[in-house]
Parts: sequence; C-alpha cells; structure tokens
Amino acid sequence: MTTILEMRNITKTFPGVKALDNVSMKVEAGEIHALVGENGAGKSTLMKVLSGVYPHGSYDGEIRFEGDECKFAGISDSEKRGIIIIHQELALVPLLSIAENIFLGNERASGGVIDWGETFGRTRELLAKVGLKEAPQTRITDLGLGKQQLVEIAKALSKEVKLLILDEPTSSLNETDSQALLDLLLEFKARGISSILISHKLNEIGRVADAITVLRDGSSVSTLDCRANTIEEGDIIRDMVGRSMTDRFPPRDPKIGEVMFEVRNWTAHHPLHSDRKVVDNVSFNVRKGEVVGIAGLMGAGRTELAMSVFGRSYGVGISGEVLVNGQPVDVSTVGRAIDNGICYVTEDRKTYGLVLDETIRRNIPLANLDGISNGIVVDDHRELAVARDYRDRLRIKSSSVAQEAVNLSGGNQQKVVLAKWLFAEPDVLILDEPTRGIDVGAKYEIYAIIAELAASGRAVVVISSEMPELLGVSDRIYVMNEGRFVGELPAADASQEKIMSMIIRSGHRN
Amino acid sequence: MTQEAAHSFQPAASGSSARSSSIGFIRRHMREYGILLALIVIMVFFQFMTGGILLKPINLTNLVLQNSYIIIMALGMLLVIVAGHIDLSVGSVLGFVGALAAVMIVQWQMNYVLAAVLCLGVGGVIGAAQGYWVAYWRIPSFIVTLAGMLVFKGLSLWLLAGQSVGPFPGSFQLLSSGFVPDIFGVGKPNAFALLLGVLVAAAILFFAFRSRMRNRAGGHDDEPAAFFYAKNLVFAGAILYLAYLLATFRGLPNVLIVMALLIGIYSFVTSKTTVGRRIYAMGGNEKATKLSGINTERLTFLTFVNMGVLAALAGLVFAARLNTATPKAGLGFELDVIAAVFIGGASMSGGVGTIVGAVIGAFIMGVMNNGMSILGIGIDYQQVIKGLVLLVAVIFDVYNKNKG
Repeated sequence: MTTILEMRNITKTFPGVKALDNVSMKVEAGEIHALVGENGAGKSTLMKVLSGVYPHGSYDGEIRFEGDECKFAGISDSEKRGIIIIHQELALVPLLSIAENIFLGNERASGGVIDWGETFGRTRELLAKVGLKEAPQTRITDLGLGKQQLVEIAKALSKEVKLLILDEPTSSLNETDSQALLDLLLEFKARGISSILISHKLNEIGRVADAITVLRDGSSVSTLDCRANTIEEGDIIRDMVGRSMTDRFPPRDPKIGEVMFEVRNWTAHHPLHSDRKVVDNVSFNVRKGEVVGIAGLMGAGRTELAMSVFGRSYGVGISGEVLVNGQPVDVSTVGRAIDNGICYVTEDRKTYGLVLDETIRRNIPLANLDGISNGIVVDDHRELAVARDYRDRLRIKSSSVAQEAVNLSGGNQQKVVLAKWLFAEPDVLILDEPTRGIDVGAKYEIYAIIAELAASGRAVVVISSEMPELLGVSDRIYVMNEGRFVGELPAADASQEKIMSMIIRSGHRN
Repeated sequence: MTQEAAHSFQPAASGSSARSSSIGFIRRHMREYGILLALIVIMVFFQFMTGGILLKPINLTNLVLQNSYIIIMALGMLLVIVAGHIDLSVGSVLGFVGALAAVMIVQWQMNYVLAAVLCLGVGGVIGAAQGYWVAYWRIPSFIVTLAGMLVFKGLSLWLLAGQSVGPFPGSFQLLSSGFVPDIFGVGKPNAFALLLGVLVAAAILFFAFRSRMRNRAGGHDDEPAAFFYAKNLVFAGAILYLAYLLATFRGLPNVLIVMALLIGIYSFVTSKTTVGRRIYAMGGNEKATKLSGINTERLTFLTFVNMGVLAALAGLVFAARLNTATPKAGLGFELDVIAAVFIGGASMSGGVGTIVGAVIGAFIMGVMNNGMSILGIGIDYQQVIKGLVLLVAVIFDVYNKNKG
C-alpha cells in the first residue's frame, strides 16, 4: 500500500493560541480516513493547512502528497494536485443551475464563450457518477440539502480529484441521504480515490472508515487502524475527550405529571405553494416533566410544525389549537407564544438563533428584555449578572461575556442560544436538532440540561434526526412522516428499526 | 466565577505598566477612539492652516449653525442604518418641510408654533408612508426612499411654484439664528453660557465617575486609570473651552441647545433602553430577533417615522437659517448625512454604529467644509477631498475590524 498524503509535525499558531501542535497524519492511497475530535480540536485548521487556505510559510511542518513535498500558496494550488475540500457550509450559488455551479470558475468555454453543449453533457456524466437524477439546468435552490451535497461532490469530480476532503458532510442530511453519501464514498474508494472524512457521527465512521485519526486540543492523539482490529465507539470517544465516557446520556428519573402542553389538529401550508399541506392535522401532547421526541426524516415537517406553532413563524393557512395546562392559548405571534410560556430553540443557530456580531451578554437576554430592564431602561448590572450566571451554569467556554458570539465554537454557540431561551423562563421548550454539529462532550452537557429542565417540571419536546439521541433522551417518541404523525411509542419500547419501519410503512400507504 | 472568566486583558495594577496598558487599551479600542482622534487632528490641522480662524468664536458659532441640520438628521439616520436600512429621501423631505413651513407661515400667515408642530407631524407621516412599505411589504428601503426623494423634491417645487418664499417672521428665525439670552445680564462674556459649560463638564465627570465606580463594584472594568482620567479631563476641558469661546461671542445658539438635548436623548435611547437593544439586534440578525419575540416590522416602521420627524425638524432649522424656502433646499444633504454616519463607524450591513460616532462624523465633514472654505480651496477640490476622507474612514474601520 502506498501513502498518498503525509502531513508531518504540523504546527499552526494564531495570535495567542496554538491551534495545531505537532500534528502528524498519514493517508494511504485508496482509503477512507476519518478525522475526529471535539469542536475546536483543530480538525478544520488542519484541513485548511492541507488545502492551502493557510499558505505555506504560515505554519511549521511538512506536507507530502504522492511523495512530493508541497508548498501550497492557495486553494488553487492544492486543487491542481487533486486535493479538493468540501466545506460544511456548501459553496454553491443558489440561483444558478447545477451545470453552472459545477463549472463555476472552470467554465467549458472557448475564447470566453461558454460551450453549453459540452457543459451540460459533462454535467450529465458527473451527475450519473454521483447518482443524482436531476437535469443539469435545475437551479440549486430547487434542490434539497442532500442533493446539493451531491452537486458539490460532482463539482469535485470535475476537477480530477485524488483526495476528497469532506467536512461533516452528513451533519444536515437525513438517514437515507447520509447512507447514500457514504455508499458513494465507498464507490470512490473502489475507484482509487482517497477521502478524508471529518465527522461527529461515530456510527458512520465505523461503517466506512479504514483508519481514524483522533485530534484533541490541537494534537494528534492516536491513529486507529480499522482494518486490523475492530474499533469500539467507546475507544474513539475516550481518545476524543480524554476520559472514558461510559454513558452518553445523563441518568434520569422522570417524574411525569399532568398534560401540560397540547397541540390539536394542527395544519400548516407551504408559504409559496399554499395548496400544499406541510403539516397535516397533527395532534400531540407533552406532560409535565416529560421529554417527548419527534422522529422523522428530513423534510417530514417537524421543524415546520414547531415553527408554525411558535408564533406562526412558518407557513400560511395555519389552523389548529394549542393548549397550555388545559387552557387554549394564543400563539399567533412569537411574542404571545413566549408570553404563554412556549419557547423554541432553532435548528439553525447562526440564522435564527444568534446575533452573531453581538456579545454573549447581549444575546442572552434578547428574548426576555423585560427581565433585565424596567420595561424601558436596561439595567446594565442586572444584564451582566444574568449573562455571567448563565455562562457559568451552562459552562459556556469564552474569555468573558463580552466575547462576540461569532467567535465561539458550535457547541458554545448552541449553549448561548439555550441560555437565551432558558432566561425566557419557558414552561414548554421545543428543541430542534439541539446537538447538530457539536461534539460529544458538549452533547452530553446539552442532554444534561434537557434532563434538568424536565426534572424541574417543564415539558420538553426534542426534534432530532439522530435516532440514538432521541432514544437516549426521550420518554416518549412521536414519529412524523410527510407532514403527519404516523406513530407514537414509549422510548422504552422504541428502537431505530421500529421507528424506521413506521416511517416506511406510512410511506407505502400512499 | 471560574478562572476563564478572569478577563485576559485585565490591566496590570502596578504603576510602572500603567502607561503601556493605556496604549494597549487605546489600540484595542482604536475603532471607538480613532474617529475622535481624527476629528481632533483635523481641527488642529485647520486651526494651524487658517492661522487660528477656525476656532475664533464667530467661526465656531457658525460651525455649529451650519452643521446643526446635518447632525439632527444624522441622529435619525444612525438608527435607520443600524436597523439595516437607508433613507435617501431626507434631503428632499427637509426641503419639502421647509417649503411647507414657508407656505403656511408666510403665505397663510399661520402662527409659527402651530405651523412648526404641523410640519413635524407631516414629517412623521412622510416617514410612516415610507416605513410602511419597507417594514410591512419588505420593499428595499433604497428603492422606497429613492422614490421618496424624487416625490418630495417634486412636491416642494410644486408647493413653491418654482419660486423662493420668504422672509419668515423674526420670531421663527430665532429657532436657528437666535441665542440663549444671558439671564445674569453680564453680556460679555455670556455668563449663562459659561455656567452651562461648567455644569455640563461637571455632569460628564460625575457620570463618568459613577459609571466607573459601578463597573468596579461589578468587577467588569478594563479601562486603565491613567486613560480614564486623561480622557475625561480632556473631554471636560474641551467643553469648558468651547463654552468659553461661544460665551465671548453671542452665547449659546438656540439650535445648539436643541441639538445637545437630542444627542443626549438619542445616546441614551441607543445605549440604555430596550428599544435600542432591539434595533441593534434587528440590524445584526433580523430573523433571530424576530424569533426572539420582537416585532421587527413595527420597529422598522417606527425607525422611519422617527427619521421623518427629525428630517422635518432639520427642515425647519434650515428654513429659519436661510430665512427663506427655496426649491433647491436640501439638495444632496442625504449624502452628507449618510457619509457622517458611516464616517462615525456604522456598518452598511446594520447592527453597528453609535450616536456619538455619527455626531463626530458630521463634525468631521463640517470642519473640513468650513476649513477648506476659509482656505479658499475650490469647491471642486473640496468634493474630491471629502470623498476620499469618507473612503479612508471606512477602510480604516474595516481594517481595524479584520485585525481585531
């Protein structure tokens, strides 16, 4: 077996921080190499060094690709060698077509005039390779996230890729799309393309990875060979967090009371196609002290359900009834929903959760400004005390509460969003993908907060695409598919298979 | 409190490092103080180049009068820009309201107080008419207010039938050209102006100390003592000096009092109130703010209503100063106002900017206009230089942001 990539003793310092400390990593030709570590462990920095985002000279150490020492001055240099990186946040232009996106900056043209025949023809070939059945003229905005991911990969293939780097490619994909993507990686492997896969999802890594490099606090802790011996998830987690984590979920002793939150016959329509029902006659309830999970595939309508209940933040033609403690409540605006004790923690913290350029201190009280003011004038000292209190309680890692949200890691950003909603003192808290894109250690802390909320007599709803997570935190699980609730089962009886089969059976009925 | 909470940039307590920590503090807060520094440098430069004319009492008084309407509008524009929008119509609205005032007071012989109140109301209605489309229909403010700019330019032409209308009664002119009488009867220097200067300087020191003490007590203070004292003493000294200069001429212009009150009120609203918090949050991330239960549509709407009222006030001040309403009044003022806000550190994308910054930005433009005119620099070069200053100010801001 030949080594395609070797990174030796890479050290990268930012002002005041050593982001990478003597990291080494070796990728064999034709293997899938997983790179894991907690958020802030240095995975992305390492990949930026490799792809030339941080040019040669800005770091110490050596990169060898196919035996040659490489001194990349920019991304275009590394792309010429066949190293292509696909970032977590996709870099596609939404209003251009698939074909235009694939050949953006690399247009099939002669003398500046685009050869559309060749462009579309090549695009069709590439789409076939990634198994995407869409016309090359389709606009990106009309595709789901999973398909957009495939377009990114097709774009990489258009550049004669030898080493494909994927940064958390499945973090926003549902189960089916994730599986398809992983299958694609295996197919590439068979064709001799190597990949580096950055992921937090250990079950995926277990499925496809040939080797695993674990980073912790900017150092390479271990390299595990999955071909020689079977690797237990526990081993990986132990290396990642530096301690063994026997339980991924905090212990709970649920004390479940009366029905506290109830939604009856809830229907919502798509904002643009107002004849399409996105949420179709859904009814559910949550008891005091209970954690209720909502399972389903991406696009099942779970986020739409939650947002339409939360002050009609999504959809048109909404009908149905919401009850808190048996009394019908008005949730027609976000403000009224909050006043009635209902809070919603978004799945998309950067767009809907945080004012990124503002400080932690300014973000936390945003949903409850009355709590730090006399209604008109803000009490600075109260504000500071609140911010510090939540920062300490939720262990938000930051230099101070004056740090801007944009500079926090994903897990800490999520905690700031949670802090904002905890300060709004909800009776009912709906959490949408509360641990998306955050590391194992921070996940545990979020689960602990959920458990604590339930223990303090609130009703908690958790929406998640990660089934082990739902099974771990919930007392009861509703299954949603195509806008309808298709099943309900106590968590004790639930399993991934049962949930999946409920979804699939409900799909067959149509 | 955990160890991480200890501010990494807490100044060293020992005296020997006090100076270096002050310099470090200034460097970290370059974005805030850079603009003030620039104003001081520009003033010193013109004071020197004009052989001391710039800070002569009569010129200083003029400087205040000339820039009052720009500053009044900059207060509203700051809110509009922080909210993530822009208002291109303010120059035309200023001209239109001036014309309306002239028609009501000069042609209809209406009581000038009633007319002024009506004009402010009309300004609010104009703001509401534009804000409605921006807030509730989500039509880009650039387009709505560009339309407004044309509409109100046309309406003032129509109102005035292409003629200049004036003069205003003397009592209306006092709004702009009047001075607060010396209630102590000293006359020269104006004792009331001096007293007010002393009071304001004392108030500034008092509030600065109180806030510092409170911050200390709360354990969140990173301003080095040397810097704190130097800053506030220089600031108070500057106020006293300017008050003295104004006192030796005719005292405090009425419009300065109006301006100072408005600056104080708007500073307070932006930095200390929940409404201020909401506007900044909305400019930073409208979706997140809306999903935090804040009525962003109404907030945007009110921001434009406020802008309309302030543009109307500026229109009255300008008409009173010129003592006549002309169809050309307000031409291009929106650009000066917007430039002042951006020079003062506001961000095009919203969420960032301060009232004090916008006021300083307006004075930078004003001092340059005034200084270059005294020096006899042609209007052609003046435009070029002002344009470059705007560009440099924004580049400086972006540079500091990226570095920080």
